[in-house]
Amino acid sequence: MSTMQNLVNWIDDRFPMTKVWNEHLAQYYAPKNFNFWYFFGSLALLVLVNQILTGVWLAMMYKPSAADAFASVEYIMRDVEWGWLIRYMHSTGASAFFIVIYLHMFRGILYGSHKKPREMVWLFGTVIYVVMMATAFMGYLLPWGQMSFWGAQVIVNLFQAIPVIGEDLSVWIRGDYVISDATLNRFFALHFLLPFILAALVFLHIVALHKVGSNNPDGVEIKKNKDENGIPKDGIPFHPYYTVKDIVGVVVFLMFFAGIIFFWPEANGYFLEKPNFEPANPLKTPDHIAPVWYFTPFYAILRAVPSFAGTQVWGVIAMGVSIVAFFLLPWLDKSNAKSIRYKGPLFKYALWVFAITFAVLGYLGVVPATENGTMIAQMLTLIYFGFFFLMPTYTRETSDKTTMTKIYFLAMAVSTLATLYYWWLFEGGAAGSMGVKLFVTAIAAGHFIIFGIKPWAKPEQSKPVPERVTG
Amino acid sequence: MKKLLIALIMLVPGMAFASAGGVHLESANINLDNDAAKQRGAKYFVNYCLGCHSLKYERWQRMQEFGLSIDDIKEHLMPANAKPGDLMTIAMKTGDAQAWFGNPAPDLTLEARLRGTDWIYTYLKSFYLDDTRPFGVNNRVFDKVGMPHVLWELQGFKKPVYRYDVTMKGHVEQSFESEAEAEAFIKEHGEHGDFKISKVVHELAVASEGQLDEAEYDKVVRDIVTFLAYMAEPVKLERQRLGIWVLLFLALLFVSAYLLKKEYWKDIH
Repeated sequence: MSTMQNLVNWIDDRFPMTKVWNEHLAQYYAPKNFNFWYFFGSLALLVLVNQILTGVWLAMMYKPSAADAFASVEYIMRDVEWGWLIRYMHSTGASAFFIVIYLHMFRGILYGSHKKPREMVWLFGTVIYVVMMATAFMGYLLPWGQMSFWGAQVIVNLFQAIPVIGEDLSVWIRGDYVISDATLNRFFALHFLLPFILAALVFLHIVALHKVGSNNPDGVEIKKNKDENGIPKDGIPFHPYYTVKDIVGVVVFLMFFAGIIFFWPEANGYFLEKPNFEPANPLKTPDHIAPVWYFTPFYAILRAVPSFAGTQVWGVIAMGVSIVAFFLLPWLDKSNAKSIRYKGPLFKYALWVFAITFAVLGYLGVVPATENGTMIAQMLTLIYFGFFFLMPTYTRETSDKTTMTKIYFLAMAVSTLATLYYWWLFEGGAAGSMGVKLFVTAIAAGHFIIFGIKPWAKPEQSKPVPERVTG
Repeated sequence: MKKLLIALIMLVPGMAFASAGGVHLESANINLDNDAAKQRGAKYFVNYCLGCHSLKYERWQRMQEFGLSIDDIKEHLMPANAKPGDLMTIAMKTGDAQAWFGNPAPDLTLEARLRGTDWIYTYLKSFYLDDTRPFGVNNRVFDKVGMPHVLWELQGFKKPVYRYDVTMKGHVEQSFESEAEAEAFIKEHGEHGDFKISKVVHELAVASEGQLDEAEYDKVVRDIVTFLAYMAEPVKLERQRLGIWVLLFLALLFVSAYLLKKEYWKDIH
């Protein structure tokens, strides 16, 4: 026996090294028909590692105090050897992380990876997403530029809208009555901690995935078709097949990533916002405060919901629900088929409409609010919630509906009617132009009829799902 | 599906931020690689700007990168008590600046990234005489700015040529050269709606000549902008140069990674 083999045996007697390697890589059988969309899981892991590594190095030079933070970032950019590269990798990595994760989540919905038996995979994923948002939000304060400061001010002020405890809660978060040195210091501590929690959550996400096995573009359970050795007929070992394939994906991703880092690090003010080239000034409010692009769909929803009964808490609730809705997805999707390839047409339309809605809401959250823009954001907010809460209606393949389905349907019906009332009859409601008013009314009503009312008359039907994957 | 995706991606550049202010910005048209321009810009900056505006995130010795020696910097640019490794701070106290100018003059290290090179270029060319301002000048791209026209010796002074816009609900209906003509227009069409007259600076005319003609002055301003653009991100040229090699390396890596994948996958059907 070679020395190497001896060493492996010595370790294996004390730690299941070979066992773990085999279970999760060399003998983990993944479906052979993964397509383009399946690159983003491994890419997300790559970007997380990039963020942690570059982040730790930045933390060696960064100073988390209101007096020094801005200057220390410029020190990193100018005086630290390769500091500019590490900083751009981190700032570009933040946006790249969200791009990759949004595509990864979209893949999940596209092929039904949220559905039974992968609910836990999906739930860990959504927790990862929420922790990621918290991490990004806190990290964004650290350069202590104008937009860092005022963005954080706006977002922390949201908590003030919560009745009774809001005021105290926001002070507790900030550690002060305004965003200040105390806030910066604690955000730095949490921004350093959360990525390690993210890494732990990613571990759980993968443990859950490997328990149930990977889904695929056909939504076929490959474990149902095994050969005489107990190996799925449509499965191939993750290593080496998907490791070599993912390397190709990684290189292509790195070409885009390097392209931005070396030639376009500000990304036209989207990855590094221009006001952040000016140090935070609590006495000077910027003309226009917008969160970074990856938060703007939710920000647009927040702004779209008007204050009512003397409080703005409704917008905050709507924004909260718009994120919580992702957690409910496994139980909202009632269709028999997993993959969009075999689902009925309504789901296909709903998903693409949702993707466009998310993008346009993101755009509306970036630009200053206008009267017409607000009405469009209100219409899109209805469509956003409709995607989730009308889903039990438009995906259920029988005509009898459960109580929850009816409750969700009623909630959407009431919301739609309330919005129409607000646009047309409520005094001081919609102030935009008549053309836009007619447009949003037609779209909102049409959307509700197609995805809410029509399926009651004629339920969706999935196409038959094949036994084996289709290549 | 793919078409839709491409369409969505194509939308992104259109979502760029709108540029600030109503005035059209002239293109600064700088060449960041031009060392002579950066050197001249450094000289002008130290002579005309550094009294009030610091470059406090950058050090004197950085200027070696565009061809100046430490001795050049020490002799011609640095204050006598400074060291080459010091940050380019100023002696003026914030409180004094506040009292003299209303606001302390901002640090300019990152100005070219904050406002853009075109903005600085146009700003330095857009001072005009205005009796209502403490220093007797106003600026077309930064209305009511607290800064005097520091480069007046070079440029001379400009005076505004006004235009009288007749507006209704924020839209300009028609423009006139004199207030009387605008009033006459309103008298004629007055019954149609709620007209307002707004007096705007249409263009700038020479009030007094400076030491330089217009082309020479533009060149001075361009040199200052080139210098500031360099100081805003000294590594920019280096990162772009390096970026080419990184992308070439990744292209090679892609070819080998792709061939490796193809080799492994040839037995998967």
